Amino acid sequence: MSTPTLDFSTTLGNAWFPAPIFTASGCASSGKELSQFFDLREIGAVVTKSVMNKARHGRATPRMAETPSGMLNSIGLQGPGIDQFLAQDVPWLLEKGARVIVSIAGETTDEYAMLARKIRSVQGISALEVNISCPNVENRGMVFACERDTAARAIDGVRKIIGGEIPIIAKLTPDVTDITSIAAAVVDAGADGLALINTVLGMVINLETMKPHLGGKTGGLSGPAIRPVAVRAIYQVHSAMPCVPILGMGGVASGRDALELILAGASGVSVGTASFGDPTAIPRIQRELAALLAAKGFSSVKDAIGYAHREESN
Amino acid sequence: MSVINKSAAQLNATILSNKRVGAYHQILLAIGDLASVCRPGNFVAISVGGDTSKMVLRRAFAISRITHGSASGGAMELIVAPHGSGSKWLCAQEEGVELDIVAPLGKAFGIPTSPVNALLVGGGYGSAPLFGLAEVLKARGCKVDMLLGASTGSKIYAPLEGKRSASTLKIFTEDGSMGEHGRVTAPIRELIAQGAVDVIYSCGPMSMLRAISDITEGTDVVHQCAVEEAMACGIGICMTCVLPVKNDDGSISMLRSCIDGPVMDGSLVAWDLVGKTPPVGPVGSVGIA
Repeated sequence: MSTPTLDFSTTLGNAWFPAPIFTASGCASSGKELSQFFDLREIGAVVTKSVMNKARHGRATPRMAETPSGMLNSIGLQGPGIDQFLAQDVPWLLEKGARVIVSIAGETTDEYAMLARKIRSVQGISALEVNISCPNVENRGMVFACERDTAARAIDGVRKIIGGEIPIIAKLTPDVTDITSIAAAVVDAGADGLALINTVLGMVINLETMKPHLGGKTGGLSGPAIRPVAVRAIYQVHSAMPCVPILGMGGVASGRDALELILAGASGVSVGTASFGDPTAIPRIQRELAALLAAKGFSSVKDAIGYAHREESN
Repeated sequence: MSVINKSAAQLNATILSNKRVGAYHQILLAIGDLASVCRPGNFVAISVGGDTSKMVLRRAFAISRITHGSASGGAMELIVAPHGSGSKWLCAQEEGVELDIVAPLGKAFGIPTSPVNALLVGGGYGSAPLFGLAEVLKARGCKVDMLLGASTGSKIYAPLEGKRSASTLKIFTEDGSMGEHGRVTAPIRELIAQGAVDVIYSCGPMSMLRAISDITEGTDVVHQCAVEEAMACGIGICMTCVLPVKNDDGSISMLRSCIDGPVMDGSLVAWDLVGKTPPVGPVGSVGIA
């Protein structure tokens, strides 16, 4: 028996990546900070922090609370606005040879379309993540991914601008009754892929003040605590739509965790909170995943995608 | 900023010693050559709890002092208050244990190129990085006066060897159990009026840093303060530790205290807006570039 070399590449729609581990939007800023700790070319892609049309300060501090095996954040999409982002951050990443998935967030359907128009004019971006599920907004009604109609409208607006040059990946929240129904709605509206999952809405009450600890009161729960929620959501959606590529994320801190999401149906895996605790988590997770895939006898990442579903498909 | 944390590295550092000093633990870590790039005001982020821990985030500590050239190479000293679950775990670790550290992080104190009258003000274990700073300032020919304060005497951190690095040292406790009765900020206005202060270096609770900024407002005294905000990552990627900082055009930027600090110009921090959501100024004013 020969030892086959592992094909570590993956695809999301028509975008190809040499490795399957990515940063998670909102957990790598725009890449510069992590580049001190590893070469950004080593990893699948940098998924940038969701950017809005205008500069934004985000929510009041405190913005963070550590929780058992996780943390709550309440950043509220602080950022420089799309123009400065495209003028400074994207060129820097491309110059460094990193593959770039740009994540956008809007307050209205029109804002998503406007952001897509600006992205379309920039060369070199691998994919577009449309974040329609940030929990840290003033009004729960602004979380487009909570309803089929609003989710589909936001994606439809982007699809009308981006005609297939780069894949559109819709980022969804698990905080819904049936995530497969929302997933089907955005795929019908033109999403090429899905990012599963955004953080889970949570709250911590400070026992000294006896009030919600975070400035924004509620926050998004991330970290290993939510990994089973991510695995479940990815499994359900892959089961319903096996041909739609999924960028999986939620509490991945090791190669073992990444493989779990891939087996559930993820084509690529984003790492977020683990980078906060370990700046070299992403290259480490990649190494662990490669070793684990080989040890399990897989010759490629692609062979492992959705492998946990094989009994149902027989 | 083109390069962020350009000297930072992640390494396993062995605990050389861990001693109780009053209410604190003095922990010495072997860091080898990394010692040569650590500056007063830099901090270290330490992984806590071990591999199976439910604590997923690093803990940030000001680097108290750096020593060079012992048998084990360079060493880093930390002063840790066993407050929460992470710092309690750290204080319980014994000599010989390896810690996963990332250092040096953040902006260090600015050191004047010519001798000045420096006033160092520390609150609680915030005094820790001031002794190393005092040595550097003294070597530059500065006059170094030090004021240390805490709620009570056991919370004053003032090691014997550190005292030698300051020209004068005054201690204040709020309960009067050590030194003078009162707050550490009490004598500052008078010292400035006497013309005895060019630069204030401060480290301690945010209320103390703000009080010093109020005192220096309208004077020529430069106030370099090391701020404290809850951080998840310590390396600039999580955006949780932001502080409102004034720009030249009057707009506000929400700057990360981990990479745009921890040492900041106290006169530029919009202290009244800490914990609030200030209005966005001109496009491009959000300082995360």
